[in-house]
Amino acid sequence: MTIAAYLGIYLGFAIFVCASVYRAVQYARLPVHLRWDLYPVPHEEARRAAYGGSYFETTNWWTRPQKPNRIGELSVMVPEITFLKALWEFNRKLWYASYLFHGGLYITFGCAVLLILRALLAGASVHSPVFDITCRALGWVAVITTIAGSLALLWRRVRDPQLKNYTHRADLFNLIFFAMTYAVLGISFLTRPADASSTAAFVRGLLTFDTSVRVSAVLACGLLLASALLAYIPFTHMTHFIAKYFTYHTVRWDDRATVPGSDVAAKVQGYLAYKPTWSAPHVAADGKKTWAEIVTTNPPQEVRK
Amino acid sequence: MRRDVKIRDMSRPDREPLTHVDNANLMPLPAPLETTAKDHAWTPLSARVKQQYETGLDDTCAVSVPQAKTPEEEKALVAKFLSGLDKLFTRENNWTFLEPLILTMEHCTRCQTCAESCHLYEASGHNELYRPIFRSEILRRLYFKHVKHGGFLSAWQHGEIELNWPMVARLIELSYRCNLCRRCAQTCPIGADNGLVTHELRKLFSQEMGIAPKEIHERGSMLQLKVGSSTGMTPEVVKDNIAFIDEDISARSGITVRTPWDVEGADVLLIHNAGEIMAWPENPGSFALLLTMAGVSWTMSSELAAYDSINYGVWYDDAQFARVALKHAEAARKLKVKKIVIGECGHAHKALSVIADRLLAGDLAIPRESSLVLLRDIVMSGKIRFDASRNQFPVTLHDPCNEVRLMGIVEPQREIVRLLCPQFREMEPHGVDNYCCGGGSGFAIMSGHNFPDWRFHVAGRKKLQQVLNAFADCIGPETPKYLCAPCSNCKGQLRDLLAYYDLWEQNRILYGGLAELIVNAAVDVKPGSLEWEWH
Repeated sequence: MTIAAYLGIYLGFAIFVCASVYRAVQYARLPVHLRWDLYPVPHEEARRAAYGGSYFETTNWWTRPQKPNRIGELSVMVPEITFLKALWEFNRKLWYASYLFHGGLYITFGCAVLLILRALLAGASVHSPVFDITCRALGWVAVITTIAGSLALLWRRVRDPQLKNYTHRADLFNLIFFAMTYAVLGISFLTRPADASSTAAFVRGLLTFDTSVRVSAVLACGLLLASALLAYIPFTHMTHFIAKYFTYHTVRWDDRATVPGSDVAAKVQGYLAYKPTWSAPHVAADGKKTWAEIVTTNPPQEVRK
Repeated sequence: MRRDVKIRDMSRPDREPLTHVDNANLMPLPAPLETTAKDHAWTPLSARVKQQYETGLDDTCAVSVPQAKTPEEEKALVAKFLSGLDKLFTRENNWTFLEPLILTMEHCTRCQTCAESCHLYEASGHNELYRPIFRSEILRRLYFKHVKHGGFLSAWQHGEIELNWPMVARLIELSYRCNLCRRCAQTCPIGADNGLVTHELRKLFSQEMGIAPKEIHERGSMLQLKVGSSTGMTPEVVKDNIAFIDEDISARSGITVRTPWDVEGADVLLIHNAGEIMAWPENPGSFALLLTMAGVSWTMSSELAAYDSINYGVWYDDAQFARVALKHAEAARKLKVKKIVIGECGHAHKALSVIADRLLAGDLAIPRESSLVLLRDIVMSGKIRFDASRNQFPVTLHDPCNEVRLMGIVEPQREIVRLLCPQFREMEPHGVDNYCCGGGSGFAIMSGHNFPDWRFHVAGRKKLQQVLNAFADCIGPETPKYLCAPCSNCKGQLRDLLAYYDLWEQNRILYGGLAELIVNAAVDVKPGSLEWEWH
């Protein structure tokens, strides 16, 4: 059981990391697109960011260096990541369920970090009641909130006609998967044998591949489910924790003015050598002409000649 | 009214519209349009139109797609759509917007946060067809099925969809039921962008299938590239018209104005939306007067397309967009001006300042500035004396989406109206949270069949509500009111909207640009330059 649990976690974690990194790299490698700013852009000068203004409001804006206001950016990012501010602001009804769910995941992550730190720093044998109580409390909060959040979201998906019409079977499966995984983990804790190893000992064992640690069948089952869930996430839209970096930083907020000779300008020059194959006659793309050639021709005038 | 439209209905083979928009279901309006009885009945599509064009979506027809005559033709059109769909997701064909498109395809959680932010969805009485993600969800399912070649597992994960000609035909129409205002994107917690989806769909139809509304393609960007302006004005005609405008403004203001043409080395190349020259000559006239009075070194260009700032490609076609943007920049380069200043035209602002930014390389990277900034600088410079009491009437300000939400130009125009208009009042919400006028993305110039009915009842309804609310304390005809819209397309929509509801005749709500308000307050200009006449 122990070895199965360890291997499941190693594999699940490895797939999660590799697939997430792969997905992020795929997005990062996409061509630099044309600008598609959307205001407010929080890294504008604080005075302007407050009402959604931009450097375009300044006379001869190109003569002044663009200095991104990172504090302003953080003041939007931190509440968004921590409290799902946009959902709170624009979809309060859904926020309650969603925040329970996401809050549960955040606490799970925090709990895992604490346990790993403990294993690395002190060793499982060191007795630390405050730490153990904190971890246990956090663990239970994570289990309860994630299950409650999953079920609340599931309820909304099934009952709210707005969501129901656009809910796919996978959406329901995903939420059930989360609820079930956390439920099994919760049950495994409640039903653990008296001589079962502590959670801290298990984490230390996991890090050192110590097979002497005892894992119950129910816990092993819960851990394998969690591993499968972890491995599954990068293949779904649930990787929006990756996507949000790009949608915010490289689309909405990417207001960098193009400077001749810059990296962006060089990349775009490269793209202009692509040979598109759009087939509408007015585009006049034949698969041989480059973008640069196409956009410097004037088909309506050529027809006129 | 059928309100339970589902995505699968888009593939229905019958040609009956999927929904009917009933006035009784529309979002209520405030006084004086508070009762449904005061609303107009829709003009139904004629039998001829229904027989000739694809009209299976709703009560109107924006694109006039001819009906496919045979099953073979339908098959060929679907095949063409599929090849375009494929191209939309390749870097060679769509490097321009591939990244935001893929992110939106792969990460929308369908949480509906965007729904309430959409003026079309709200104004239509929450009609399912106009829900922002209805259109996106179709493209998303098509993407996973036909681009990613997803099988059973993909259908389970991303939803089923049946692709046939009725679906494509309806989708073409549906891509012209969104103003591209991107208010929905602003609220999306993930950063998905339904406006972008509309934009990309329109590109697919135009760039691959050669399908786009006549008003924005044939009589729009094609005409502009052919003769120089979508108004049909050649350089000779535009110079004549401007000379007439100069004469008129000189006579009315008492100050001699002469618009300079093709002046090499001028500081500013001013490019107006040529629609202003034709429909609202007082706007270019006011600009000429203000620049003359402030002693600005400026010029206009008579190069092809350079005397018309419009760039309709920004709504539907990357190739057309880039061609026009390059023409604007080339004219500036030729004249060796220090900067291009874009007149009161929202989409021209965004097109040339933001979207073309990465295309204009080397010596084409001429700085672009908003006329709102230049006007603010002129007003604040002290070079012209103003008397705000000349603008002693209620004024409200419309925020054109392209200038405000999509460029962040919020304050310059406000600094002016706060200073020069004692009775200025904001609409709510305003600034970057504004609502589209309903004419965005080309709708203001699209008047085929009964499309104006949809444009006024649905697209412009939220703006109309805002305007009426802003003037609620003085809505009677005894108080003339000014709706300031520093954007040509917005003005076109507001003109038609106000006329449709008779709000000039009955309530004395006039619309106009910003430059006209400034001139009206200039002490050295003969009083009463602002004409309280409907045009």
